[in-house]
Amino acid sequence: MGQAIAFYTLSAFILGFAVLVVSTKDTVHSVLFLVLDFLFVAALYVLLGAPFLAAIQVLVYAGGIVVLYLFVVMLVNLKRSPEAHHDPHRRARLGFVLAALVLIEVGAIAAYSAGGPVRPAAPQAPPTAAATAVSAMRAVGNTEEVGWLLYTNYLIPFEVASMLLLVAMIGAIVLAKREL
Amino acid sequence: MITPTHYMLLSAALFIIGVIGVMVRRNIIIIFMSIELILNAVNINLVAFSREWQHAVGQVFAIFVVAVAAAEAAVGLGIILAFYRNKETVNIDEMNLMKW
Repeated sequence: MGQAIAFYTLSAFILGFAVLVVSTKDTVHSVLFLVLDFLFVAALYVLLGAPFLAAIQVLVYAGGIVVLYLFVVMLVNLKRSPEAHHDPHRRARLGFVLAALVLIEVGAIAAYSAGGPVRPAAPQAPPTAAATAVSAMRAVGNTEEVGWLLYTNYLIPFEVASMLLLVAMIGAIVLAKREL
Repeated sequence: MITPTHYMLLSAALFIIGVIGVMVRRNIIIIFMSIELILNAVNINLVAFSREWQHAVGQVFAIFVVAVAAAEAAVGLGIILAFYRNKETVNIDEMNLMKW
């Protein structure tokens, strides 16, 4: 029941923010809605039992790709002049309030987690055959499971993906250079 | 009870929103963001089936999709910058340089 409520809530947020992404006039607002959409998709991954992919979603999408989009929007979109932001003090106050909230949150987490152990000790795998090692690896957690698959069965696609990223990086540098 | 059908419906709805964004909007940056939405829809499907079959291979493929999306975003945004430098616009209706 709780899972159904979580699923429907996350779905409503994901679809609503997706509609806002494609319908908003201001491109900067569209990018910010895209960040929120990615964060809710990451929460859906947690609901689906894939916390490692949720972390990748937050780091790569919400942290990397969206910042790239924001840079390009700032470089390209010249409709709003810098004089449009005429009240810097209000933004400064907002920034201080947000920073104070984050500080309180981090302090609460530190105070809460200082008492007990951070994580329980991982169960030791019996050193027998490779099959039991695999099953023990599967029993440890999602990250170990994904990493195990990524570095054994899917090693060649993994290396090809790294080559693809290298080629894309060089291509982006060549394209974005002013003069070759 | 949430079945994989629910996740497929969510994924299809997100995919359709992305396709509508690609079709309707004329700002190429918004079109690229719609493509990211489409890739996210695909990822939701992969992870949902990964949980359905209790096997992490779907998550591995989702990681590959994320890597390809990052490469696509980098190259695409480089193209947008190069185009904007030439024509001072991001409207794809004016991108007819290679139209025969």
